[in-house]
Formats: sequence, C-alpha cells, structure tokens
Amino acid sequence: MPTRIDPRGPRFAAALTSVVLAAALVTGSAWLLAVQGVVFAAGALLGLPRAPYGLLYARLVRPRLGPPGELEDAAPPRFAQAVGLVFAVVGVIAFAAGLTVVAYVAVAAALAAAFLNAAFGFCLGCEIYLAYRRLFPSQPNTTEVAS
Amino acid sequence: MRVRCPGVTGLVVVVIVLAAATAFGLWRRARDGRVVEARVDEPLLGPDELGAPLGERATLVQFSTAFCQPCRAARATLAHVAADTDGVVHVEIDAEHHLELVRRLDIMRTPTTLVLDGSGRIVRRATGAPRLADVRAALPA
Repeated sequence: MPTRIDPRGPRFAAALTSVVLAAALVTGSAWLLAVQGVVFAAGALLGLPRAPYGLLYARLVRPRLGPPGELEDAAPPRFAQAVGLVFAVVGVIAFAAGLTVVAYVAVAAALAAAFLNAAFGFCLGCEIYLAYRRLFPSQPNTTEVAS
Repeated sequence: MRVRCPGVTGLVVVVIVLAAATAFGLWRRARDGRVVEARVDEPLLGPDELGAPLGERATLVQFSTAFCQPCRAARATLAHVAADTDGVVHVEIDAEHHLELVRRLDIMRTPTTLVLDGSGRIVRRATGAPRLADVRAALPA
C-alpha cells in the first residue's frame, strides 16, 4: 500500500510555488529561485507533507478545512518536485552565468507546471514521465505501478 | 543582449506563461479521458502481449506508471465496469516495463485505456482517466 496524502496539500504548495516563481521572474532574483530550489529538493527528498509548504499547509490551512474527500498517492507529486528542482537548478546556474534568457525560459517552464497544478490539479511533471522513460528506459523491475 | 528593465520583462513573461498555461489547461480538461474510435490499422492484441486472457466480450487494457495521478481513478472506473459486466475484463500494464508494446501502440502518457473486442482488436482508445458512462458506452456489443 503506497503512502497516501491529502491532495489539497500539493495544490496549496503549487499555488505558493507559482507565487514565488512569478516573483523570481519579476525581480530577476537568482536568490529567490535558489530558495524555491531548496523547497523543491525538500519535497523530492522528504515528501511534500514534510517539505516547507506542506508543513505550512498542515499548520495554517488544513485546520480550517474539513477532512479530504479522498486521498491520493504521494509518489507522483513527489516526482514532480524533482522535475521542478532540475528547472530551478538550471535557472540558478543560468542567472549566475549571465545567461538571462536561458534562466527566464527555465523559470517560465517551472511556473507553467506549478500553475497548471494549482489551477487545474494537472501534474505536468507526472505526465512527461512515460515520454521520458520512452527515451531513457529504466532498469527492469526497479519500480512497480502504485496500486 | 542586456535586459534594460528586468521588472517589466519578467512581468510580461509571467503574464504570457499564465495565459498560455490557462489555455492549455482548459483545452486539456475538455478532451482528457474522452473515448475515441481507434485507427483502423491498430494491431491485434492477445494474451501474449497482455499477460492475461482476453475477455469474451471486451478487454479494457489500462497502461499505468508509478508516477501517475489519474491512474487510480481510471483503475477504479475500469475495474468497476469489468466487475459488473459479463465477459469484460480489466488488464493493467506497467508501461515503463513494456516499452516495446508502448512504442508499438504509440502510447505517450498514462493512463491510456484501450478497449479491445472479443478477438483482441483495438476498437477504442482513451487518454486520461475515462468517465464511467463513456466506458460503458464504448463496450462492443
């Protein structure tokens, strides 16, 4: 039985992520992007409920809501955090190297994914997983379908 | 090229990204899970490819991955139809461990559901979690 989480947690995290990434684009701040990168890393390594925005959700938002109608698997949004981390790292490196256009493109892609999750519950990082695997097959039998 | 006024440039990028993402999200929501007629040149599938026997009337073949949010909803819908319809079975395939089949069937994302008739011919296809009524309506007679 895989870990199940309140699906509103990742939606809340995606909304906060969208705000932070939009602010990073407007200010052109590599530091702000780096902070979001650390948040992505925490989500990918510890799981979303134990990452900063997940803790905020549990403290501030969850007590004001009713219990969730249904739970969802923890693995897909966690995978998406790792995808977000890749874009944040590319963005920070590009900002540092003075490749402003590359940085904007990386942050814009991450913002699009975060916003799609916040507004539509659509996990772009999860959607590209099979396309990615078609290009780079995994070792046999390392993962199983969550059931 | 130097960006003269980063605030304005960033703001324009944000507005464009949010508008494009909203358009894409609405478009995707409108077509996600729709059950459509299969192409005429789709291959036949049998127990060898599926790893399970075909249903007498229909087989609902679901391709899933470990990192797939809507796969659970698709699984519930398809299992429900298989359970309450005679001769219909639900087969779930882990896409990333059957990449050859995935490429042959041109499956790009999960969940993708194929509706096979009794002979193993692919008659319909749905990308995204399909709705219960649509799956029932898509079953071959």
